[in-house]
This record gives sequence, C-alpha cells and structure tokens, in this order.
Amino acid sequence: MLMSEGRNIPRARRQRMTKSKILAAPYLVWMVIFTVIPLAIVIYYAFTDSITGAITFQNISAISTYIWIFLKSIWLALVSCAICLIIGYPVAYFISTRQNLSTQRILYMLIMLPMCMSFLLRTLAWVALLDDTGIINRAIMSLGLSALPLVRNDGAVVLGMVYNYLPYMILPLYTVMVKIDPRLIEAAADLGASHGQVFRRVLLPLSVPGIVSGATMVFVPAVSTFYISQKLGSSGTTLIGDVIESQFKTAYNPNLGAALSLVLMIMVFICVAIMNRFSDGDSEVIM
Amino acid sequence: MTIIVLIFLYIPMIVLAVGSFNKGTDMATWEGFTFHQYSELFRDSALLRLLGNSVIISVAASLIATILGTMAAIGIFNMRSRMRSAVMMVTNIPMTNPDIVTGVSLALLFAFAGIMLRINNILGFFTLLIAHITFDLPYVILSVMPKLHQMDIDLRDAALDLGCTPIQAFFKVLIHEIMPGIISGALMAFTMSLDDFVISYFVSGSGFITLPVEIYNYTKKPLQPKIYALFTLLFVVIILVMVIMNLLQASDDKKRSQAKHAFVGGKGRVGI
Amino acid sequence: MLAVVFSLVPSTALAADNSITVYNWGQYISDGSDGYIDVNKAFEKETGIKVNYVTYDSNEVLYSKLKTGGESIDVIIPSDYMIARMISEDMLLPLNFENIPNYEYIDDAYRNTSYDPDNIYSVPYTWGTVGVIYNSKYVDEADTGSWDLLWNSNYSGKILMFDNPRDAFAVAESLLGYGLNTEDEDELRACTYKLVEQKPLVQSYVMDQIYDAMIREEAWIAPYYAGDYMMMVEDNEDLEFYFPSEGYNLFIDAMCIPDCCTNKDGAEAYINFLCSPEISGENLEYLGYSVPSEAAKEYMDPEITGSKIAYPDEETLSRGGAFINLSNEANQLMDSLWLEVKTEGGIELTPIIGISVCVLAAIVLLTRRSIITKRRKANRCKKWKTS
Repeated sequence: MLMSEGRNIPRARRQRMTKSKILAAPYLVWMVIFTVIPLAIVIYYAFTDSITGAITFQNISAISTYIWIFLKSIWLALVSCAICLIIGYPVAYFISTRQNLSTQRILYMLIMLPMCMSFLLRTLAWVALLDDTGIINRAIMSLGLSALPLVRNDGAVVLGMVYNYLPYMILPLYTVMVKIDPRLIEAAADLGASHGQVFRRVLLPLSVPGIVSGATMVFVPAVSTFYISQKLGSSGTTLIGDVIESQFKTAYNPNLGAALSLVLMIMVFICVAIMNRFSDGDSEVIM
Repeated sequence: MTIIVLIFLYIPMIVLAVGSFNKGTDMATWEGFTFHQYSELFRDSALLRLLGNSVIISVAASLIATILGTMAAIGIFNMRSRMRSAVMMVTNIPMTNPDIVTGVSLALLFAFAGIMLRINNILGFFTLLIAHITFDLPYVILSVMPKLHQMDIDLRDAALDLGCTPIQAFFKVLIHEIMPGIISGALMAFTMSLDDFVISYFVSGSGFITLPVEIYNYTKKPLQPKIYALFTLLFVVIILVMVIMNLLQASDDKKRSQAKHAFVGGKGRVGI
Repeated sequence: MLAVVFSLVPSTALAADNSITVYNWGQYISDGSDGYIDVNKAFEKETGIKVNYVTYDSNEVLYSKLKTGGESIDVIIPSDYMIARMISEDMLLPLNFENIPNYEYIDDAYRNTSYDPDNIYSVPYTWGTVGVIYNSKYVDEADTGSWDLLWNSNYSGKILMFDNPRDAFAVAESLLGYGLNTEDEDELRACTYKLVEQKPLVQSYVMDQIYDAMIREEAWIAPYYAGDYMMMVEDNEDLEFYFPSEGYNLFIDAMCIPDCCTNKDGAEAYINFLCSPEISGENLEYLGYSVPSEAAKEYMDPEITGSKIAYPDEETLSRGGAFINLSNEANQLMDSLWLEVKTEGGIELTPIIGISVCVLAAIVLLTRRSIITKRRKANRCKKWKTS
C-alpha cells in the first residue's frame, strides 16, 4: 500500500500528512499520562516497602508464596480458552456460512447481546442455578436423587469463565471466517479433499488470526478475574485476581498488590506474545 | 449446535427475568407472579440515579473517546511506519492488559495525584470519566483504523480537485468514508463503559457510583430482587435497540447495493 | 458540547450542597423495610442534610478505604479495636460534644472505654456479641455448645466462616484457649494451622452473604453476630443461636468522624440524631443489636429487651472478651497469616501438568513451523538457481 512505504508519496500529499499527524497529539498526551505513567507508578509501588517507602525486593520475593495461585489461574484460563475454542469454532463457522445476510446479522447480534448485560448478575444467576438448594438441584431432588455438588468447585469456575467469555471467542473467529473466500473451500473439495482435509489444510490455517485473537480475548480476562472465582469457586479456588483485589480493598497493602499486578501483566504479555507468533499477519482482528 | 450455544448463553437471562417476577427473594423457589419488584424499582430513586450515573458516564466517555480516537486514528494513519507501530503498541496496552491491572494502575495514579495536589476527595466523577475514556480509546482507534486502510486515498484528492476546501474534503469525504468505523467504535466504547465493573470498582469514589459497582455491593448483602427487575428492563431495552439497529443496517445495505448497481450500470454506459 | 456534559453532572459528584457521606456496616441501619423507621430519610427530613450512605462489610475494608484516601467520608462506625488503631494513627477528628447533646443518654458503662478513654473521638452506636447460629433442622443438638461445631466434619460443606482476620482468629483463639488479643507468634501460627484445618469443611468465607445462605438453608452452621441472628430468625424459625462455652467476642461499635470529612457539622448532627433515645430505640429494635442507652429501651419492644440473646445475663457476659488494638507488627503478621489461610490451596498437580503439556505443545508447533518455513525458503532459492 502506498501509505505504508512512505517513499513514493508526492510532496504535497506528504505535507498534508504531516499536518494531519498533529491530530494524534492530544491522544498521545492522554496515553502517556493515563497509561504509561500509571504503569510506572505500579512499578514504583511494587518495589517499595509499604511502611517505610524504601526500595525493596520483598514484595517480589513474596510472589513465590503465590506461585501456586498463579499456576492455577493460568491453568483454569487455558482450560476455559480451550473449551471456548472447541465450542466457539463451529458456531462461528456456522454463522459465517449462512447465505442470508440478515440471518448472519441476527445471529451475530444474539451472540453479542449477553456481552452488553451485567456480567455480575448473569454470574449470580448461575449460582442460583447451581447451588445445592438451587434450581437444578431442586429439580434433581424432586426426582428423588441426591443433590449434586455443582457449585463451589473449579468446574463451576471454568463454567462461569466459558459462559462469560464465549462471545469474545466467537466474534473474532466470525470476523475472520466471513472474509475467507468460500470458493477456496469449494476448490479444495473439487480437487478431491475430504472434509477433514479441507478443514485441516484450508479452513484452519486461514482462520488462525481469528483463533489467536479470540484466544487472547478469552485468556486475558479469564486469568485475571476475581468475581467469578469469588461467587462460583470454593474457598480453595483463590485466583490471582482475588489476591490482588484483597490487597487493595481488604488488607491495605498496595505494594504487594502492585507487585502481583506487575507480575500478572508481564505474564500476560509473554503469553500474548507467544500466541501472536502463531499468527503471521499484523492485522488487528477486532469485532 | 448453535442453538444449544444460544440457549446456554440465554439461560441465566431467563432465570433472572423469571426471578424478577417472583414474589419471593430466592431465585430458586417460585412463589407467585407479581409486578411488585418493578414497582419497588421505580420507587427506589437511589437505584435509578445509579442507572442514570452509568448512562451519563458511558455517553460522556464514549463521545469524548470517539472524537479523540478518530482524530488519533487519522493522525496515526499518516505517520511513518516505525512511529506508527510504536504508537499502536501503546494503544494495545489497555486492551491486552487485564482489567484489574488497568484499574489498579489508575487507582494508584489518582491516589498519587491526590497526595501531590493535596486534594482530599479526588475520586469522583472526573476520575471515573478519565478512566473510562482511557480504556475506550483503543476500541475506537482499532475500529477506525481498518476503515482508513480500506478507504481509497484518491477520493480525497478527487474532492479537492473538484473544488472542495480542505475542511469540506475532510468532513464530506474522509469522515463519511470511515463513518461506519466511527459508529461501531463509539458503540463498542459505549457498551464497554456501560457494563464495566472491574475498572470502575477500583477508581470510583462513594460520591458517584455506577450501576455495576453498586450491584457488586448489593451481592455482598442479602439480595434484593428489584435488581432483577432492573436487569430485565435493560435487557428488553437493549434487544429493542439492537433490533432497530439491525433494521437500519438492513435498509442501509439495500441502499448500498442499489447504488452499486446504478454505479456499475453507469460505468458500463460510459464505457469504463 | 462539553458544557452540556458538565451541566449533566449530578450534584452528588460536586458535593457542594449540604450533604454528608456515611460509611457504615452493611445491614446496620433501619432502612424502612418491614414497616420500621427509615433512619436516613428521617434525618434528611429533620435537618435537610442529604445522606449519602455507603456500606462495608468489615473493619479492614473500612481501614483500607480510609488509607487509600481520595474520598471524603463524614461519619464512620468502626468497632472498638479499629477505633483504637485509628486514634493511634491520627485518622480521627475530636468530636465537638456541644453539637451532640444527646450524648447524655449513653450509659456510663459505655463511656471511658479502653479504646477511647477520654471520650474524645467516639459515641457508642451499638454493642453486641458473637456466637454460633445453626439450623436445628439439620444440626444435632448434641453437637452444639462449643466452637468445635465449626470443625465438625459431619457438616462438611455446610459451614460458613468469618471473612475478616480478627473475627476468624478470635474463633480459633477461643477454641485453643489463647487470649483474644494474643500477639505471640507461636500462638497465632497455631491458630492459622487450626483455620487451615477447617478450610476443607468451609463452604465459603462470608460476611453479610450469611443471611441468604442460612435462610435458604444452603448452609447450616455459621459464626456471626447476635444482632444479625435476631434478624435472620424472623425469616427462618429453625435457626438457633448459642454462646460457645470457651468464650466469645464482645464488641462496641461507635460513631466517629475521620479526618477526611468535609462536613463536620453535618456529621455531628447525624451522630446526635442517632443517639436520641427514640431513634436509637426504633433503629436497634429493627437491627436486633444491643442498645447502649437505657433511655432508648423505653422505645423498644419488651420482647427484644428481654431477649437473652440480645441482652445476655451477667454469667454469660463474663465469658465474653473485647478486642484491643494489636501492635503494628502483630497486625501485619495477622494480615499475612490470614492471607495464607485464604490462599492455602495445597499443591495441586493438575495445573502443573496441564501447563507443561501446553508449553511443550506450543514449542513443538512453533519449531515445526520454523522448520517448514525454512525448508520452503530453501526450495524457493533452489528453484531460482536452477531456472
């Protein structure tokens, strides 16, 4: 594209370009003040002692006590990611291949709608459904069977995560799949490929940017959630988000909280960087 | 398969909607049909005020973010590639950062500012607004950028050639072309702001609370079913809004395809 | 256009007009339900001062919020030990008792307390006790009477526990026979161990969520405050309460003004209003907690003032102990031990195995990819060379 090379642009146009660059200035100032500086402050707090204010590595070394929680958070987030992918992929494909545009739009809208509604209340509704005296168990008990322990375990937390973040997986996948030329799939089938081969060699590679984008959009909130684990998890399912939240809201220790946030941020950054290696393109896939 | 997923997605909404008509407070036991919760809701001015708060913040933040973000997207688009990728990396930070880290960092920033400027009650409407704008901006920019890439740059020069002033060209051509991106960015920003919980939780003061934060406080106490009524009402409103948008977009698509037909037909006649 | 936005900013955000922000425990004021008085509305009607009412569910949350700063709060209602801590850290303002004439109705027993010996910073709001609430339908009477009911594995998964360090440690300390204010590290660690032992039996760590869980019978056993039991039993008559034999916590919650307040006169008017016998009586009749003023009892239902749970006899009262504020080191130690209890999850192998598998898979896929790309590039070069 002409713009990206910057070499063959006529002088007059380049002058206009320079003038329009100023338009981005207020935004850049804003981002520096409200994104870059806060992160610097987080780093400052992470390395200072809570009472004396001196530089210390104590907070960082305290991380070692929470290493199991980090691992558990990552693991549950990965599981949720995988389940979202398995469920979301066929749904996205189904929607993207509808012939009628308005059907596509309606389905897209239906998938997106829950995202706009308060996720707190929706998670609470799951508690009401899964509780020992909740809707599902009451139905089971009225049949004479004993109640199942559906809530307050890791499975419920994964269920909550999958429920809340499934649209975040479906929408990027859909956006990418809709752009895949259906003739490619037809051509592959014409050339003798079976369904499995069409999927593996044509559809899957082309949809990788969507998978990566969707996985990132599910993994990041899943690893840092605190509400879902508080409501649906057992007293043993403490995730890293819970610990950070408690350091700021219950036990006043912003330094430890900042240190944990810093580690969480770096960890997420690494995971996202790894996931981006899978997708060659630099196109940002967003709904 | 899709149907199952849709049912799965909507079960809790149905549970909440049913709960809102329930006489008792327990969602799991049905005690009788009543509109009592709805009348309670409308009598509770505090809850409605919070809803108003949420809407005000979301509208304000998404408007400001849209304007700032569109300007930024145009500016970034015209940057050289190295600077552009640096700026895009900074733009991606609030998006790839977990909400909790953004919330925590902003809370610390405001606490710091409060100490520096010696303002006692700094956490309030404006800090919340700033936080919302900050996390809305990337969504707007990432919605507008693809449209800028897709746009035909020659259109603007053509407009200038045909006699428009630069400002007219800017508005009539550029903005018009990227308008779908701007609108979708604004809507995304609005939705994200309206339902944001984590960031608002860390940054809001007790003077100006948004609905999601208050709902969280409610969940720490014995539940009051009027929230379910509120939720159901919002649900209905959003469905209506989406249906209307859908119809608008359908008619817009029809107009576009009709225009394209005319254009193509016209091209054929001129001999291009 | 910005002017339009600013004009829409609600007045509460500007806090210019006469209003106060009251930060109180949850479920701790009569709010008009069940036909009882709505205290805040009555105050607004009488004085014209608007009340912005916010709640917290433990002293530690209150402390965190004040320490984080950035907000103006006019009235707070902490517990005794927290008041002592705040006084020592200069977080409270001395009260102007000329604005609080109703202070005369507070009984002598609640003045000159250990936490506020000179009566400068606080005015008592309620006093109360901690005990065990259980559901008589599911819990065997024989198991009750001691704190060890909370460790009884027969009721595993149906036991709730306090979600704040002092109350939780107090339970363990009573059970193990230590003082409620011990700072001895070994004793505290023994308590931590006991709490961790309890963890697999605990349904969840809660505060006000106890109401729903006990009333719905989702849980059957919970340690909590006597006043809240009085409220819960009205919704579920199977609930019973007892004071454990080993001892329990006796507390006073008092109203104070933090140093971040912006409307001191309004705050003092509020405190005065809450002290008046009539309001205090009606308020506490709804709450179920115990009132610190004899004069207020005249406005209360004799059934409540005669209740052995809200107003225990001398012998039971003697078993109760109050909290005092611990030293900074002890507080820090308790905080970190409590965090240990909350985050203790044991070493689970699944996450480690799962993550290692994923990491290996990622490495394999990425290396395969780079090999394939390299091979493709090499083939391309080969093609060029031959042609």
